[in-house]
Amino acid sequence: MQKTVSLTVNGKPATATVEGRTLLVQLLRENLGLTGTHVGCDTSQCGACVVHVDGEAIKACTLLAVQAEGRNVLTIEGVADGDTLHPMQEAFRNNHALQCGFCTPGMVMSALDLVKNNPKPTEKEVREYLEGNLCRCTGYHNIVLAIIEGATVMRGETPPVAPHGPAHGVAAE
Amino acid sequence: MADGSIGTPAIGASVRRREDYRFLTGQGTYTDDINRPGQVYAYILRSPHANARIGGIDTSAAASSPGVVAVFTGKDLEADGIGGLPCGWLINSKDGSPMAEPPHPVLVTDRVRHVGDHIAVVIAETLGQARDAAERIDIDYAVEPAVVDSVAALRPGAPLVWEQAPGNVCYDWHLGDSAAVETAIGKAARVVKLDLVNNRLVPNAMEPRAAIGEFNRATGEYTLYTTSQNPHVIRLLMGAFVLHIPEARLRVVAPDVGGGFGSKIYHYAEEAIVTWAAAKVRRPIKWTADRSESFMSDAHGRDHVTHVELALDADAKFLALKVSTLANMGAYLSTFSTCIPTYLYGTLLAGTYTTPAIYVETKAVFTNTVPVDAYRGAGRPEATFLLERIVDLAADELGIDPAELRRRNFIARDAFPYQTPVALQYDSGDYQTTLDMAMEAAGYAGFEARRREAAGRGKLRGIGIATYIEACGIAPSAVVGSLGARAGLFESAAVRVHPTGSVSILTGSHSHGQGHETTFAQLVSDHLGIPIDSIEIVHGDTAKIPYGMGTYGSRSLAVGGSAIIKAMDKVIAKGRKIAAHLLEAAEADIEFKDGEFTVAGTDRSKSLGEVALTAYVPHNFPHDELEPGLDETAFYDPKNFTFPSGAHIAEIEIDPDTGHLTVLNFTASDDFGRIVNPMIVAGQVHGGLAQGIGQALLEGCVYDTETGQLLTGSYNDYAMPRAADFPNFVLSTHVTLCTHNPLGVKGCGEAGAIGAPAAIANAIVDALKHLGVRHVEMPATPERLWRTIQEHQTRAAAD
Amino acid sequence: MYEFDYHRPTSLDDAAGRLSDEDAKLVAGGMTLIPTLKLRLAKPTQLIDLGALPGLTGITEDGDSVVIGGMTRHADVNRSEVVKRVVPALAAMAGLIGDPAVRNRGTIGGSIANNDPAADYPAGVVALNATVRTNKREIAADDFFTGLFETALEPGEIVTAVRFPKVAMANYQKFRNPASRYAIVGVFVARTSAGVRVAVTGAGASVFRVPAMEAALTASFTADAIKDIAIPDDGLNSDIHASAEYRAHLVTVMARRAVAACG
Ligand SMILES: Cc1cc2nc3c(=O)[nH]c(=O)nc-3n(C[C@H](O)[C@H](O)[C@H](O)COP(=O)(O)OP(=O)(O)OC[C@H]3O[C@@H](n4cnc5c(N)ncnc54)[C@H](O)[C@@H]3O)c2cc1C
Ligand code: FES
Ligand code: FES
Repeated sequence: MQKTVSLTVNGKPATATVEGRTLLVQLLRENLGLTGTHVGCDTSQCGACVVHVDGEAIKACTLLAVQAEGRNVLTIEGVADGDTLHPMQEAFRNNHALQCGFCTPGMVMSALDLVKNNPKPTEKEVREYLEGNLCRCTGYHNIVLAIIEGATVMRGETPPVAPHGPAHGVAAE
Repeated sequence: MADGSIGTPAIGASVRRREDYRFLTGQGTYTDDINRPGQVYAYILRSPHANARIGGIDTSAAASSPGVVAVFTGKDLEADGIGGLPCGWLINSKDGSPMAEPPHPVLVTDRVRHVGDHIAVVIAETLGQARDAAERIDIDYAVEPAVVDSVAALRPGAPLVWEQAPGNVCYDWHLGDSAAVETAIGKAARVVKLDLVNNRLVPNAMEPRAAIGEFNRATGEYTLYTTSQNPHVIRLLMGAFVLHIPEARLRVVAPDVGGGFGSKIYHYAEEAIVTWAAAKVRRPIKWTADRSESFMSDAHGRDHVTHVELALDADAKFLALKVSTLANMGAYLSTFSTCIPTYLYGTLLAGTYTTPAIYVETKAVFTNTVPVDAYRGAGRPEATFLLERIVDLAADELGIDPAELRRRNFIARDAFPYQTPVALQYDSGDYQTTLDMAMEAAGYAGFEARRREAAGRGKLRGIGIATYIEACGIAPSAVVGSLGARAGLFESAAVRVHPTGSVSILTGSHSHGQGHETTFAQLVSDHLGIPIDSIEIVHGDTAKIPYGMGTYGSRSLAVGGSAIIKAMDKVIAKGRKIAAHLLEAAEADIEFKDGEFTVAGTDRSKSLGEVALTAYVPHNFPHDELEPGLDETAFYDPKNFTFPSGAHIAEIEIDPDTGHLTVLNFTASDDFGRIVNPMIVAGQVHGGLAQGIGQALLEGCVYDTETGQLLTGSYNDYAMPRAADFPNFVLSTHVTLCTHNPLGVKGCGEAGAIGAPAAIANAIVDALKHLGVRHVEMPATPERLWRTIQEHQTRAAAD
Repeated sequence: MYEFDYHRPTSLDDAAGRLSDEDAKLVAGGMTLIPTLKLRLAKPTQLIDLGALPGLTGITEDGDSVVIGGMTRHADVNRSEVVKRVVPALAAMAGLIGDPAVRNRGTIGGSIANNDPAADYPAGVVALNATVRTNKREIAADDFFTGLFETALEPGEIVTAVRFPKVAMANYQKFRNPASRYAIVGVFVARTSAGVRVAVTGAGASVFRVPAMEAALTASFTADAIKDIAIPDDGLNSDIHASAEYRAHLVTVMARRAVAACG
C-alpha cells in the first residue's frame, strides 16, 4: 500500500511516497538522499540512526515513515549552520571523538538531546546517557570529553583546553 | 582554526583530522550511501541449519514473485566456471604435509556447513521484494548433527565437517625446539601449568558489510564498491581466483568504511555474487548486510583452547615455555585464517621475556561455525593472554610480586637486536620503562591500602599487570613467502606533485577510521615542507592507486608511510636535478629543505612549486637528462616486522553478592616508536582497550552445542561494550625508535586489544586469589564471577 | 518487514473495531513491535497506530493515586513531577528502561500489554498494586499478567490507563542483562497500606510475587528480615546470560537492596 508522507526535514518541507513498512530511516536515506543517518543494527539497539523528531531523539530505524507525517525531523545534515559546525560538532572534532565516523551522526544527535535535557552533564551522566549508542572505534573516551566540551560551549562558557592540546593545523574542509 | 597555525605542523603535533568535517555533517560516503542508476537489490538466502545435506533447491516460486529480476544458486555459478574463495596462506603440518584445504564455494550446492552459509541470491527491484521472494525458495534439507567447538570436533565419532579433513583437522603445526623445552622442564625448579580458553568474538564494526556490483557492457568493465580494508587485495583475489576477470577490467572501490578491525580484510562471497550477477542482469546490484547477517557471515575472531606450561629456575628466571593450542577455524578457511594461530601467534610467545626455549603446537580444527580469521590483534592477543596469565600465576605460586617477576625476566633495553627462540628478531624496546611508567601512573605502590578500603565496603578489589609485545608492520615479503603466504606484503605509494606545487599522495593503505588523510598529510608536509592544505591523500580505489596491500596489522604508517617517504625521496631526487639545471649549479650542491632547493652555501634557491612548474611546463628543461613531470611511485617492502610493546594495568572491583565487576582504572604505557599524531594514537589505544576489555568482561560468541545455532546472533545476546562500562583511560607513551624503517614508527592499532584482556584477567584473579582462585575464563560475566566466588568459598569452608 | 496496511484511527471505538480483524495489530511506541516486524517474526496485515487517539496520554493526580494514560511514554513518566512526588520509585524505574531514545517512544500500555518476561513495568504495576484500565473494564494488577507474553487482555481490548495508588515507600532494583539491558532480575518492593508487596521480573516466565518475603517484611521492614529467604530456582528462566540458580540468588540480593534503599 503506497502512501504519501509530508513532513519537515531540516527546516524544509519534504514529501515522499512510501510503503506502509518503510521506515523513517529509509525515507531519509533512500527517498530524500540524506545518507548521514546510518543503520548499524536490526534490533533498535545501536543508535547509528538517531534523529530528532519534534525536538526529541528517536531511532529512525524504529519509526515508520508514515508515523512521521506532519512531524518536524532534524538529521545530522541539518545541525551545522551553513558551513560552520555546531559547537557540539566542533567539540567532536576537537576531541577526536570520531574515527570511522559511522556512529558519529547518531552520537551527535544523542549528545544534543542530552544537553537539551541536562545542560551541564557530568562524565557519569554522559556515559549513562549513551546507553543506546554503540561505538566500536573510540572506546567512548573522547566522545565523553567532546560532549562535556560541547555542552560547555553551548552554555556560553569557555571549555578547558582539549587534552590533545590546542588545535593544530587544518581548518575544516 | 583555533590558533591560526595552518602551515607545516611538525611530526608529533595533534593535528585535528581533515576527514572529520564530512563525517560530522553526514557527508561521508559509505558503500550503502552509494546508489547507481538502475540499481537493484540482492538478498542472500542463508542456511538456518549448522549441518545439512541439500536434496534440492526450488527457486521457481521466488523467481516469479513481484519485482524479482533473477534468482541464482550455486549451480548457476558452477555453470559459469566460477571458482571458490581462496585462502591466502598455506600452512604445513609437523610432518611436512600441506593443510587440508577444502573448497569454499561462493554459493553452496549440496551441503550447508554453518548457520548463515550462503545458498542462493534473489535480486529484485526493492530489498523488501527480494526478501519476500527468498522466503518462497524451497529447500530440501536433511539435517545432520553438527559440531561447534574444537575440543568436541576432535573426539572420535564427531560429525565430520569435511571428508578432506579426517578427524576435522586442518593442520597440526609446530614451531620451536621441543627437545630443549622438555630438557628445561625436566630440570626446572618449578613448572606452572594452566588450561585456558581464548573466547570467540564477533568483530562488529558498526558499519555492516555492503557491496555494489556493476558491469558496463560498452567497456566490458566491472566495478565493485565494497566495505573493504584492502581494495587491491579484493581485486586480486576475486579477479584472479574467483571470477577470472583481468585486473584491467575490474575496479574495486572501498569508499569511506565504517570500521574494520580485521573483518573487512577478507574476500567475501557477497562481493563475488554482486559483481558476477551484475553482468548477468545488466544492472548494478546492491547488497547490504543486516546486523543479524553480520553476526553469521563476518569472519569471527580468536576461539583458542590452550594448555600452557612455564618452567622456572630457583631464581624465578623463565627456562622454557610449552604451549599446545586448538584453534577453531570454522567451516571454511577464510582469507588469512590459517596464519593467525600459527605465524602471528606462535612467534609472539617470547613476549617481552628472555625465555630461552619455547615450543608451540597448534592444531587447527574445522567446525560447523562461521569462519574464524584475524580480529584486532589477530594471534597476538591470544599469545599475550596466555603468557601474561601464566606469568601472573607463577608469581602467585612463588609468592613474588608480579611486577618483580616480570622485571627479572624482561629482555634488557641494551640487548637489542634480540633474537627470540621463535623466529623473530626484535629491533628495539624498553619494557622495564613502560612498566615503571604504568605502575607509577596506576599508583601500584599504594594499591594494598585501596584493597583494604574496598574490603571494608564488602568489595573485592584487584590490580592486574600485562606487558605485551606485538609484531606489526606486516611484513617482509621474503619472510612471509617462506612461511607460506601466497601474497607479498609490501606497500605502494605515488607522489604526484602538480604543476603549482600542490601534491596528491596515492596510497595503497586504506583508512577506515585511522585518520590517514591527516597523519599521512603530516608526513608529507614535514618531508616536503609544504602546507597540509596543499596535500591530498587518495586511497581506496584501484582505478586511482597504482597498487596496495591495504590496512591491517598496524601496518599503515610503518609500511604505507615508509612507501610514501620512499616516493617523496624519489621526487626530491628528481627535483634536485631540475633545480640544479635552473640554478646552473651542480646537482651535488643542491640541498632540499623546508620546501626549497638551495645551492649549498648560497641564498640561491627554487621552491618545490617552481621546480614542479618547470617539470610540467618544460620550456627550459634538460630534456637530455630528464623526462618532464614530477610524479614518482615507490614500493616499500619492510626489512622486518616492527615491535610495539607496553604495559597495561587494570584496577577492578567485584561485588561478591552479584558478581558485578567495575573497571575503576585502566592505565596503558606504550612504546609505538615515533609518534606522528599523538591525538590519533591515543584514539587508537582507547578503541583497542575497549575491545580488549570487552573481550575480558562482556563479549563471547556462543553456539548451541547440540544444534549448532548461533545463540549470540544480535545485540540482545552479544554484549557490546557501552560508554558506562569504562572509566577514563590513562595513557602515556615512551619512545624507542624502530631501527629499520625511515620513520622509526612501530604501529599502534592493536596494542589496546592485545594488552587489555590479560590485564583485566590478572586483576580479577588478584581480587579473588585469597579464595584460592587461579584462573577465571573470559568473558568474566557476573554469573561466572559469582559462581567462582561461591565455589571457592564452599571449598574453603569444607577444608 | 512484511507489507501491511497502516491506520491511524482518531477514536477508541474505531481502533477497537479494527481489531476484529485477527491479523490486525496495535502499535503504540513501536519499540517492541517494530523490531519484531523488522525481523519478520510477526506478519500483521493491518497496523493500528494508537498515536492519534485523544485522551490516552498524560499523567493526572486523582486523590491518593496517580493515573497514567496508556500511551504515556517512559520518558514522561520518568520526568513527571506528579509521579516523582506520589510514587517516586516508579519514575526512577521508568528511567531505567532501555535508552533515552527508546524512552522517548515506548509506552506504559505497550510495555504491559506485551508482558516481556524481562520488562520492568510489570514489576512496578504488581508491586504497587496498580489497576489497569482498558476500553472495556478495570483489571487488578494481580490478575493482569498471566504468563509468558500473556495478559488478561481479550481480543479488541486496549489499555487506556494504569492507576497507581500512593504508597508509603517503594524501591526498584534492576540487575541488567549486559547485552540487551533488560532485567536479568528486577525486584520492586512497595510498602502499601495493605502490607508489603514484592514483585519480581526477569526471573520467571512472567512477573511474580514472593509471599514469604512479603510476610517477613510486613513483620519487620528491614533488609535483614529477608536475607535468608531464598526462592526455589525450579521453573525460573535459564539462558546464556544467567542460570536459574543465579537468578534465584539475585532475587534475594535485589530484594534486600530494594528494602535497604527504601531507607
Ligand atoms: C533497545 C531497546 C531496549 C529496551 N529495553 C527495555 C528495558 O530495559 N526494559 C523494558 O521493560 N523494556 C525495554 N524495552 C521495551 C520498551 O520498553 C517498549 O517500549 C515496550 O516494551 C513496548 O512499548 P511500546 O509502546 O513501544 O509498544 P509497541 O511496541 O508499540 O507494542 C507492543 C505490543 O503491545 C501491544 N500494545 C501496545 N499498546 C497497547 C495498548 N495500549 N493496549 C493493548 N495492547 C497494546 C501491541 O499490539 C504490541 O503487541 C526496550 C526496547 C528497545 C528497543
Ligand atoms: S539502526 Fe541500530 S538503533 Fe537504529
Ligand atoms: S567512530 Fe567508528 S563506530 Fe564510532
